Amino acid sequence: MSLRQAPLPSLNVDNVAVMRGNRMVLRGLSIAARSGDIIWIRGANGCGKSTLMRLVAGLLAVTSGAVHAEGRIALADENLALDANMTVEAALRFWADMDGASTNVRDAALMDMDLQDLANIPVRFLSTGQRKRASIARVLASQADIWLMDEPYNGLDSASCARLDQAMLAHTASGGIVLVAAHQPPSINVAHSLLLDTQGTAA
Amino acid sequence: MRAFVALVAREVRLAWTGGGLWLPVVFYLAVATLFPFVTGPDKALLARTGGGILWIAALLATLLPIERLILPDRQSGVLDQLALRGWSDELVATAKIAGQMVAFALPLLLATIVGAALIGLPEAQMGTLLLGLALALPALSGLSVMIAALTAGLNGASALGGLLLVPITIPLLIFGAGTLTEDPGNAMQLLAATSLAITALSPFAAGAALRAGRI
Repeated sequence: MSLRQAPLPSLNVDNVAVMRGNRMVLRGLSIAARSGDIIWIRGANGCGKSTLMRLVAGLLAVTSGAVHAEGRIALADENLALDANMTVEAALRFWADMDGASTNVRDAALMDMDLQDLANIPVRFLSTGQRKRASIARVLASQADIWLMDEPYNGLDSASCARLDQAMLAHTASGGIVLVAAHQPPSINVAHSLLLDTQGTAA
Repeated sequence: MRAFVALVAREVRLAWTGGGLWLPVVFYLAVATLFPFVTGPDKALLARTGGGILWIAALLATLLPIERLILPDRQSGVLDQLALRGWSDELVATAKIAGQMVAFALPLLLATIVGAALIGLPEAQMGTLLLGLALALPALSGLSVMIAALTAGLNGASALGGLLLVPITIPLLIFGAGTLTEDPGNAMQLLAATSLAITALSPFAAGAALRAGRI
């Protein structure tokens, strides 16, 4: 419970522009997310959704503008970040230990993504959808305040999509923030949806 | 601190499971085995040149693990996840160097005992060789991580790694070979100083390379 006694999570992206490889990927973009918000980011391929995710995660520097995040951040993007030779459980435990998550939290994350039966299987044997579920479980087990989900529905079957929606709903209900970049709308209520056009501006 | 130890332990585990542990040792011992075939069984000649050959083998063995040190972690997103959790790139590099000291330097040092026996080094020189390599191996661990970070993702990373390694390790080699005399004192001190400088600088160079490589 002590985790939640910190100030409420919030995320402010203020008039941000990002230049990558001589190309303006994002421009004039602002987001204000408060505790409990799910923000759906959509837009055509290459419009800057993943760039926005990496920017909020602090992995990219802004060219102009400012990003301020209050609270810990977790990111699930196309990179699994789980060691291929380890079992699913051991690979998740590595990050859960880094984040100081207890065994219960880790088991709950496995359960929420229906990974109990795969817990003892090496990560390299997982299918596309199973890998996605493992990366979502890594976010769940991180107990971070702000979740950045980059195309989380890719490769997921409908049951897994529902599980993910359920997990995002539970996270926001307990005060968290979710940024989800996806082509399909989440089945749950989103606070805002942000459509990026091909110039990387909010349309 | 616990997280740092976990990251170092991960490095050692990856080396153990990924072949990074045995490859340098096998290479090193192969050189020690093959060298007497080239020179013939001249005991005096082997005793005079064997230590130097082991030094060269140790330097070249440094190159063997570099391809699996940084690139897989960058591609799989592990470096991103660490940066996201507030790890500085220098700290990540330091953990990787510490992992190399356990998974690369320590086995090589143990292999030196075998290698020196294979070549037939006199016992007095074996002690000097072990001490010299023990002083130099932290620098070599640092260099392997630094070169891995600099060349990760580039075409022909191994060849480039060789080009980078050779000039930086020349001082280590000169002082290291210089210790293999009757009076190793001065050379040993210079070797220690050079190694200390390289070891201390390598996390910063590797960290800067990791940062520059994040796109």
